[in-house]
Amino acid sequence: MTHERKTETVGTKRYLSPRELDRFNECVLPYVDAAHNLARYLLRDAHDAEDAVQDAFLRAIRHFDGFRGSDGRAWLLSIVRNTCFTRLQGRRSIGENVEFDEEVHTVEEAAPGPEVELARKATAQSVHEGLERLAVEFREVLVLRELEGLSYKEIAQVSGVPIGTVMSRLARGRKQLLLILVPGPKENG
Amino acid sequence: MLCEDVLEDLSAFLDDELDPVRSREIQHHLDGCVACAEAFGQMKDLAGRLRSEAPYHRAPDSLRARVSQAAWKDASRSRVAGQLVAARGWLGAAAAIVAVVGGAWFFTSLQRQERLGSMEREVVSSHIRSLMASHLTDIASTDQHTVKPWFNGKLDFSPPVPELSTSGYPLIGGRLDYLRGRPVAALVYQHRKHWINVFIWPDEEAADSETPPRTQKGYHVILETHGGMAYWIVSDLNSEELSAFARLLVTGR
Repeated sequence: MTHERKTETVGTKRYLSPRELDRFNECVLPYVDAAHNLARYLLRDAHDAEDAVQDAFLRAIRHFDGFRGSDGRAWLLSIVRNTCFTRLQGRRSIGENVEFDEEVHTVEEAAPGPEVELARKATAQSVHEGLERLAVEFREVLVLRELEGLSYKEIAQVSGVPIGTVMSRLARGRKQLLLILVPGPKENG
Repeated sequence: MLCEDVLEDLSAFLDDELDPVRSREIQHHLDGCVACAEAFGQMKDLAGRLRSEAPYHRAPDSLRARVSQAAWKDASRSRVAGQLVAARGWLGAAAAIVAVVGGAWFFTSLQRQERLGSMEREVVSSHIRSLMASHLTDIASTDQHTVKPWFNGKLDFSPPVPELSTSGYPLIGGRLDYLRGRPVAALVYQHRKHWINVFIWPDEEAADSETPPRTQKGYHVILETHGGMAYWIVSDLNSEELSAFARLLVTGR
């Protein structure tokens, strides 16, 4: 198996050259924290998140010749994101309990009704808990925006969706989070 | 303007991602509409809470080391594998000998690199540890005449402690550290918000030299040997400024 991969990869090039290694260390490696944070929120499991980040880095190394520019953050995060979503799909297909992810996913197109229902089903004591309860598509954009500070354009690049979708997912994600969150200690009302 | 439309755009308004005309319209509406202004306040609070309360899951050190190793291993494979495959395909036996010799040469250079690499990793880990444990200095002083004598009796050599604050690199202090099973001097300098750790120990056999900055776990590392001393310099400062600092440190220029 390893033998097979080796011949295949040598035949079509694809090992990092020394110069590429330096560029990789400069432009991509510093974002291992961002990669891990995203994976951790998407997968909600510490062990899975580490595995996914490692997989994503192997893919990033293999496909480094496709990287242009000097800021590797969005590029790396899109690989991490895709790795995580593949894992989530794997979980779904083996019938693991994924809470109400799919239901909320359909909320995108639906009337306001289900959101009220959502609020009834789930209240969260902390923002962290609230965030973890959101559908993965909303969690994703909120983490990229609030914890990573990415622009809409960068989030669109990471998630592979149009900027308009980023905008509406953030709006909906925030609305849902406000609904399920019990008022924080700092609020005075 | 309808409140409904405004509420729709509040999130993008908060992120400053609306076009200027629309943005002004929303601001104008918020100035006059208590209900929408309240909704906006809630959204703003939420953003603040997310930033301050939601944990940021940094990568564990072991993971950081694994991915950095993976890149290094991949790159080292390209040269060995590339040479061997090319040689075999070309000229049969004669080239095979070349490949073996080349391989052997490569192997020793790889070993040398590996040795430097493992030293580099140790130095970077030590740098990270000093920042994490908030144990940056044993003796905190910006005065070289306080820091230098402090090492007396703690080390079997007397490390140079240059004063570089006029060049923008104030001395923060000194610390005793252990690398490769021996006590070494660690000097801490600061440049803007960046910490620079300088690890010093005697290396009398090495000629004066400077290795160009290398990156390890996102930190830059420079090895200088000068006047029978080895200086390992590590920081998250950008590589140009760190090189300038390295030159200043050992040559004073």
